Parts: sequence; structure tokens; C-alpha cells
Amino acid sequence: MNESTPATAAPLARLIDELYKLPGIGPKSAQRLAYYLLRMPVAEARALASAIVEMKERVTFCSICQNVTEVDPCRICVDGDRDRTIICVVEEPLDILAIERTQSYRGMHHVLHGAISPIDGIGPEDLKVSELLQRLRSGEVQEIILATNPNLEGEATAMYLTRLLRPLGVRITRLARGLPVGGDLEYADDVTLARALEGRQEIES
Amino acid sequence: MPAPRMYKTEAIVLRQRRLGEADRILCVYTPTFGKMDVKARGVRKTTSRMSGHLQPLTRCMLQLAQGHVSDVVAGCETLESFQPLRDDLDRLSRALYAAELIDRFVPERTHSFPTYRLLVETLRRLAEAEELDQTLRFFEMRLLDQCGFRPELEVCAGCGMRLEAVDNFFAPISGGAVCRACGGGGMGARTLSLNALKVLRLLQHGSYNDAMRVRTEGTLGREVENHLRSFIVCVLERDVNAAAFIERLRREGAQHAVEA
Repeated sequence: MNESTPATAAPLARLIDELYKLPGIGPKSAQRLAYYLLRMPVAEARALASAIVEMKERVTFCSICQNVTEVDPCRICVDGDRDRTIICVVEEPLDILAIERTQSYRGMHHVLHGAISPIDGIGPEDLKVSELLQRLRSGEVQEIILATNPNLEGEATAMYLTRLLRPLGVRITRLARGLPVGGDLEYADDVTLARALEGRQEIES
Repeated sequence: MPAPRMYKTEAIVLRQRRLGEADRILCVYTPTFGKMDVKARGVRKTTSRMSGHLQPLTRCMLQLAQGHVSDVVAGCETLESFQPLRDDLDRLSRALYAAELIDRFVPERTHSFPTYRLLVETLRRLAEAEELDQTLRFFEMRLLDQCGFRPELEVCAGCGMRLEAVDNFFAPISGGAVCRACGGGGMGARTLSLNALKVLRLLQHGSYNDAMRVRTEGTLGREVENHLRSFIVCVLERDVNAAAFIERLRREGAQHAVEA
């Protein structure tokens, strides 16, 4: 991208090229970041570089839940206090963090690393679906919570998994969908409102 | 007169991709401006008031603000959500196939009201119809027609002679059906049964209701599908992604039926 000009030192141009490859970083942002790093103390620059290298060398996927981890199996999978009869299926590792933040789920997780998007050519074979099926073979799991995103790709993934898992006889549940906390009813779209009505709950006295 | 800074248009969301922290770029198809990319800010947040209205395969009214690169969604409202498509994987996969074909065939910023209407009608039909595949075949044939790629089915696309009422060949590279003399020499030509030729002609000339009256389950349906698919792949010079998913669902459905 960045042609080596007399105005830009070769190592700096190389760094700009590398930063430009990152998602959401354009040519100008790449230049700004590179010049910021140039002015950074050497110790901080080394810490950043070693953090990137260490992350690449030590972080791997958990062989059970497919979450990113530095020890295999990950800490959640070896935690004896967790309920091994429930698996919460999510699209991305970041979704596990969101669910763990609620502190109201004590079951296991499974990361698919994506969602089915036929139009983009992403099918079930590109996700960690066979690994999920492998986990169900033990017979220990009684419930699968489908926690894929409530958008078209997430719904397609949930419907596909439901079709695939139903013959196995496990209980399959989907995260409830409806109105967000702090939202206005008048701005709700038809689908969300319909789902909220379907999933209405009796108020217990 | 300069174009207004804010304008409204009806649109169908064809596909979306992530942008930055919480934004999306939507590829929308409109009756007045054709296909275009628009930016929807903050729609990946759960607090977004617009995200539900901007899901793929939603017909919505958009209020757009002109931007430097792409226009920005300032407001939106659902007109039709085609809910049954979202509750059934077979319907959804075919609707996504239709959206992908529109995305591939239609050039940017070229409006065509008939093609827009065809897509709306097809989504409505896929939401209700029993015969999903035949609905899709009708859509494919009409889309090819409207985009200027009508397959030749009356005379031989090779020599121009009238096709005889026998099994012939179908050669996408030649532009449609070819006679036995022209198709025998290869060029990717595959046998076209007389019944498949009749179905293809009906899809080309008949109304939707006429096309739905013909039963095309089994091998005849597959033959018509394969010929039309090969023609589309030849025109696009690439595969249609969603077709592989439809194929997989069919395969797994048949496997489950055998196991049951």
C-alpha cells in the first residue's frame, strides 16, 4: 500500500503497511498509529510487540468448547462447579464474556466461530458444528441453549442446529427475544414486537 | 437543481456486512435508485431503534441522508417483514438465494421497477407457497428475461433451426437449447428432455399460476433446476453461494428421512 518514498523511512513504511491490514484501519489511521508508536518509549513498544507475539504463540482454541484459551481445556471446561448438562451455543468468543458478565449462567459453553450466511458462502461446514455434535455423544448433555445473535444469520444458524440436534433427543432452547431494557414500544419493529408478544409472561404476585 | 440532502425511498435489504464498532453497510434494492450500499450507524447495538427494521429480506421505507461515499440511514420503518421466511429454514434459504441473484445480476444505481416488483412478489410467494423450488425457477427465468439474458428455447441456439419435439440438448454457452446435431459435439451441452423443454417454455411464457399448475417433483424438477442453474452460472461466470446451502439442506433432509 505505502510506497517507500524518501519522506518515509523503510521500517516505518513497513509498519504502516502491516497496520493497514487490520480491520477498520484506513491508510491515514495506519500512518497516525505508526507515528504514535514511533514516539512511544522503547519499553512500551517492546511490551506491545511481545504481547502480540505471546498472544499468537500461547493462545489456542479449547479442544472442548472451542473458546480461545491459554490452557487446554480452558478454565470454564475444567471448572468442577459448573453444570455439565447444559451447553450454551454462541457465535463468537466475545459472546461468552457477555454471558459470563450476567453471572446468572453456570453451565458450559460452545463457540461456533461464526454464523451461517448462505449469501456469503458461509455454511455449517465452516463452523464448529461437528465439534458440538461430538460433545453430545457422551449423553451427559440434557439441554442446548441456542444463543446465536437475533439477526437473520443467527436465526438461520439456530434453525439449522435445531434441525440437526432434534433427533438426538436433547432439550433445545433459544434465548428469549423481545423489547430491550430502556427501549420505546413505538419504535419497535414488527418482528421484535411479535416475538415479545409470543414470549409474554404472567406477572407473579 | 441539486439533489435533496435527505430523501425517502422504499427498499428491500439484500445483504449486510459489519463496519467498525457497531455500524453496518447494507446493500439495498430500491425501485427508484436501483441497488446501492447505504451505511446504518449503531445498528449492531441492542439499543438501536433501527436494527429490527433493517434485517435482510425486509421491505422497508428508508429515510436517507446523502453522504460522501455512501448515503446514511437516518430513519426507517418496516413495510413488510415476510415473517414466514424467518421461521422456516427451507423458505429462508430460497429467499436468500433470490436476494443473492438480484445482488449479482443487477448493476449498481440502475433502477428497474419490474425487477423490484419481481423480487417483492417472489418473497411473498416464498413466504406462502407450497412449491418453493418451482417458485424459484419462475423467478430465475423472469430475472434472466428482465436482465437481457433470456435463454433461447424455441429454435436451436446454434444453427437457428426449429427444435423438434424430441430430446435435445441444453448448452448455456450457446445461449439456450440446441438441436441434436449442434449439441452432440460437446461445448458443455447436456441432454434436455422434451418434458424439461416444455416446463422451461412454460416458465418463460406462462404466468406464475400457470407455472404452479405443473408438477415437477423428482427428476424432471431436478433437470429443469440444473439447466437453469448452469445457465445462470455461465452468465455470472461464478457459482451462486446460497445454492450450496439449499443443496445441503436437501441432502440432510433426505438422510434424516431415510434414518427415520
